[in-house]
Amino acid sequence: MKPPPFDYARADSVDEAVSLLAHHRGGAKLLAGGQSLVPMLNFRLLHPALLVDVNRISGLAGIEERNGALRIGALTRHRQIEVSRAVGDHFPVLRTAVRHVAHLAIRNRGTLGGSLAHADPAAELPMMALLLDAKIEISGPNGPRRLEAREFFRSALTTALDDAEMVTGVELPLLPPATGWGFEEVARRAGDFALAAAAATLTLAAGGKVAEARLAIMGAHEFPLRIAAAEARLAGEAPCSGALGAAAKAAREAVEPDDDLHASADLRRHLVEVLARRALESAARRARELAAQVTGGRAP
Amino acid sequence: MSEQRTIRLTVNGASFEREVEPRRLLADFLREDLGLTGTHIGCEHGVCGACTIILDGDSARSCLTLAVQADGAQVQTVEGLGTVDALHPLQRAFREHHALQCGFCTPGMLMAALDLLRKHPSPTEREIREGLSGNLCRCTGYEHIVRAVRTAAAAGETVGAETETASAAPPREAGAGAQSRGSARE
Repeated sequence: MKPPPFDYARADSVDEAVSLLAHHRGGAKLLAGGQSLVPMLNFRLLHPALLVDVNRISGLAGIEERNGALRIGALTRHRQIEVSRAVGDHFPVLRTAVRHVAHLAIRNRGTLGGSLAHADPAAELPMMALLLDAKIEISGPNGPRRLEAREFFRSALTTALDDAEMVTGVELPLLPPATGWGFEEVARRAGDFALAAAAATLTLAAGGKVAEARLAIMGAHEFPLRIAAAEARLAGEAPCSGALGAAAKAAREAVEPDDDLHASADLRRHLVEVLARRALESAARRARELAAQVTGGRAP
Repeated sequence: MSEQRTIRLTVNGASFEREVEPRRLLADFLREDLGLTGTHIGCEHGVCGACTIILDGDSARSCLTLAVQADGAQVQTVEGLGTVDALHPLQRAFREHHALQCGFCTPGMLMAALDLLRKHPSPTEREIREGLSGNLCRCTGYEHIVRAVRTAAAAGETVGAETETASAAPPREAGAGAQSRGSARE
């Protein structure tokens, strides 16, 4: 299992990477962490003419808070996200999710931009981008553009990226105060791709009703999904177990899993409902705790 | 066919300059071009962990890294740990606890454990298991391996002076919130 022959170029800037991609239209692939690309090369599932190594582009990695958002550069490694204080403070759900990605040696190398562009239907970071309403920054021959995460993932391993475009970073709008979160995943072994996972955020209004609920699912559909019906079901309601259960049922109805070697479609649907309910319950509990802190110790 | 590239890198403290094809995996480069056969190759797609090395201070799969990517890098392999006469504390603990049977997974286990202990000098039992979860032992000798790493951690001598600079150990974060798997990780 060795990669097929390819040519190799090291890009020093985003412009250089993009122009190499444009020049080799369709024949070139970006090499970032390589934790998905190199296995595919080893299996000879891909035969690129050229690999464009973006690992030395300066300024492409890093995490910074600005203008009410957290901006994470495309070359930021999973491990950097995992240990970032800013991520832990603002998006504990993201930190929890990233710890489910494979193993330390993989997280040391794998990048945010690579995970998004690869768009595995059972990968955590695409689901997080969707849950957190990420704005995905893209550079191409015609300059930069930004896409909402929900416009970015098209199907399994397929995104809205053009052959000559690359992800340069994401912007995650900070969540309102009194927003709780939940993340639940089932995998056969620790670090494996998930059979299914669910992530939720829940923001409470002053009266204890849900101001905004978000629910995202992965592993049980050809791309990560936001469950609009579940979110609509919860908006304006008290987050009681009946409402949360109904929202989780909506998630089960929204996914279209396939049978495969690892799990039947029925098992995946079942997991989606159970994990969605648990994620929503955790989010509701945390939101109530946060709201209680704000109102001086009295739960709404 | 693709053009050969010249790469310069440091492996276990020694400098090397070699011509490589871009498709040369770092694992094959170490074994075939440098003769460092301590790094083992198992699955060649990042699952088994046998080829784990330290690349610029962090553990990495050498089967998922191209040799050209290691141009300018500092690489440490199992040969850079200890010698037969002067075993590394981790190697000593592995021997004491019978943490190797056939020995095939051992180089990867040692390098994964090294990265784990540099990042978490006093790991919990759970952190040790989590830290080694990317390495497979087909002899299934995991209990002994975990015990060896626990012993090495308790002895507190595995963390090299390069720890803080090379792997830039992050500050521990307080108030991490609950883990979905109930882990005690920070």
